[in-house]
Amino acid sequence: MPHAIPHATPLVLLLIVLTDLAVLGTMRLSTCIRALGVQGLLLGLLPVSIAPTLSVHAVGLAVGTVAVKAVVLPWFLVWAIREAAVRREIEPSIGPIASLLLGAGAVALAFAIAARLPLPPGPDALLVPYSLATVIIGFVVLTTRRKALTQVIGYLMLENGIYLFGLTQTERVPFLLELGVLLDVFVGVFIMGIVVFHINREFDSLDSTRLTELAD
Amino acid sequence: MRLLALVAVPLLAAGVAALPTRRFPSWRTSLLVATASVHTALVGSLWVAPATPMLNGWLAVDALGLVVLTVTTILFVLTSVYTVGYLARVPRRDGRAFVSGLLAFLAATSLVALSQHLAMLWVGMEATTLAVAPLIFHRHDRRALEAVWKYLLISSVGIALALLGTFFLATAQADVPGRALILSDLVSHARELHASWLRAAFLFLLVGFGTKMGLAPMHTWKPDTYGEAPSLVSGLMAGALTSCAFLGVARVTEVAMAAGLGPFVQPVLIGFGLLSLLVAAAFILGQSDVKRLLAYSSVEHMGLLVLGLGLGGVGAYGTVLHLINNGLSKGWLFLVAGNMVLATGSSSAAANRGLVRTLPVSGALLVLGLFAITGSPPFGLFVSEFTILRAAVGAGHLWIAAVMLLLLAVIFVGMATLLLGVALGEPDAREAPVRESGWLLVGPVTLAAMVLVLGVYLPGPLQTVLAHAAAALGGRAP
Repeated sequence: MPHAIPHATPLVLLLIVLTDLAVLGTMRLSTCIRALGVQGLLLGLLPVSIAPTLSVHAVGLAVGTVAVKAVVLPWFLVWAIREAAVRREIEPSIGPIASLLLGAGAVALAFAIAARLPLPPGPDALLVPYSLATVIIGFVVLTTRRKALTQVIGYLMLENGIYLFGLTQTERVPFLLELGVLLDVFVGVFIMGIVVFHINREFDSLDSTRLTELAD
Repeated sequence: MRLLALVAVPLLAAGVAALPTRRFPSWRTSLLVATASVHTALVGSLWVAPATPMLNGWLAVDALGLVVLTVTTILFVLTSVYTVGYLARVPRRDGRAFVSGLLAFLAATSLVALSQHLAMLWVGMEATTLAVAPLIFHRHDRRALEAVWKYLLISSVGIALALLGTFFLATAQADVPGRALILSDLVSHARELHASWLRAAFLFLLVGFGTKMGLAPMHTWKPDTYGEAPSLVSGLMAGALTSCAFLGVARVTEVAMAAGLGPFVQPVLIGFGLLSLLVAAAFILGQSDVKRLLAYSSVEHMGLLVLGLGLGGVGAYGTVLHLINNGLSKGWLFLVAGNMVLATGSSSAAANRGLVRTLPVSGALLVLGLFAITGSPPFGLFVSEFTILRAAVGAGHLWIAAVMLLLLAVIFVGMATLLLGVALGEPDAREAPVRESGWLLVGPVTLAAMVLVLGVYLPGPLQTVLAHAAAALGGRAP
């Protein structure tokens, strides 16, 4: 059966990894948010491009994904940096060049793992390495950046990677998991946003390394 | 219908409790206690008459789920009584977020315990994270903020990894007959599942739900969260929430064992178990804060749970029994710690020396609790820990038994040093005994009595349920 948009999927996946690397390579928060928004838009294209035929389900998922991941979440993050008046990542534990090298390593690792986990051939199989790469890069951002907001961005990238993998299972486990992912991202950031706001008020900074009173 | 009510009633009550009011009304705590009592009665009825599965088999109650549900409801109903006394002493604005959060937590944990669909189990687990966050933040100060931030970030990452693991499990089930991600169908067709995807699913679900359990090395949120949250919330988390998270690990273990992946699964579980014991022992020695000490004790007991699971055989039986014992005694000790904090405003050992003199009942409960939680006879934890130890010896893993005994001994010394110092030490200022409120004592006294009874006598129906749960986990009754 022909795909709705032939050959679009590999290109979209490639662009998604580029947005991953863009987040790794910049210290400017606004660039990170822009890259995350673009990534959300690209993720929204996938349900349509991998579906055998254009179904209501696929289009609905695409619209929902774009609305949450490309509009609501980036808007929310922009609001948060304006509220908190932060612009740049200050003294990340590793610099942009080292981050990019880590990112390249993550992509290689993801392809190596995916090769060992077989899927029936088809557009689905293509998703697995890109999904793992996005998960790993999200994890790298989460652990190497110090600003609370950048950590939220890393967490969202991790979620995006999981969403990519979830796309391979939409036929078998319909609706519930997509709902779970969207809800998780939405509510997760909502709560983190409240916390970010409070951190800002209490500490006059969004630097999560200053949250160090509790230790053994 | 009863199964649906177990989730819907607390959820509805949470909605009602969230209605805005101008000041703290007493109906809010009455609603909390009433809902908790209805929940306990419903769970009690499940012991008498089994409920039929609902929603196409998505909701059902099996032996292991029933055990978790029972521990949760007992802890919750006693904690709700404690909450009446607590909010009377520490009024925090209108108590709206607090009561509503507690009820939402009950709904979410019930959903986890009843879910036979593993994606729905995940949704329930995610909901517990969100319900508990405002409870941790109750004090609204710097330290509470740091604790809630760490908790949200680390457990969100854990829960995300568990979601990926759930997807992996669905992938392993592709082309296999049966309903997607329904536990009984996964188990009955376990041998046909794709082994490499199932192994990956097991690892991700173990690490993901293990983060929510607080297994080492994913335990780093635990001392901060339990230390800063109101003690009754810490008790619910250490007793009920970790049990639910363990249920997530147990579910995927059931599938993996049925698929014949025992040789892969068991060493991983044993490794996490021993590492958790080791980390707990290292941080318990020299600890100076009672609540943080209890948090590391929780890391220890989570380690024992997965250790028993990994050992299999009678170890699985010991694990399920230990889940009950640990849940009840964690509630007991955290509520006692709560009384301490209410009296002195601090949970540090130095501030609470001489507890037996200032708060005689709480002081006595603390000393008894020390012996219970470290697995001394005649308390229930002795029986369950001994069963796990027997599994290690029986399977010929003498070195595991030796390491376990050594670490338990170290933990005993560490905990006894701190807690006996608190209970029996010389107070800074000679203070007259305070009359302790009944609301604040009902919970810990009842829990202590239950842990004591479980140490000397296991009722017949409980033994049957434990044996069924152990069999599902690939083990057997002793």
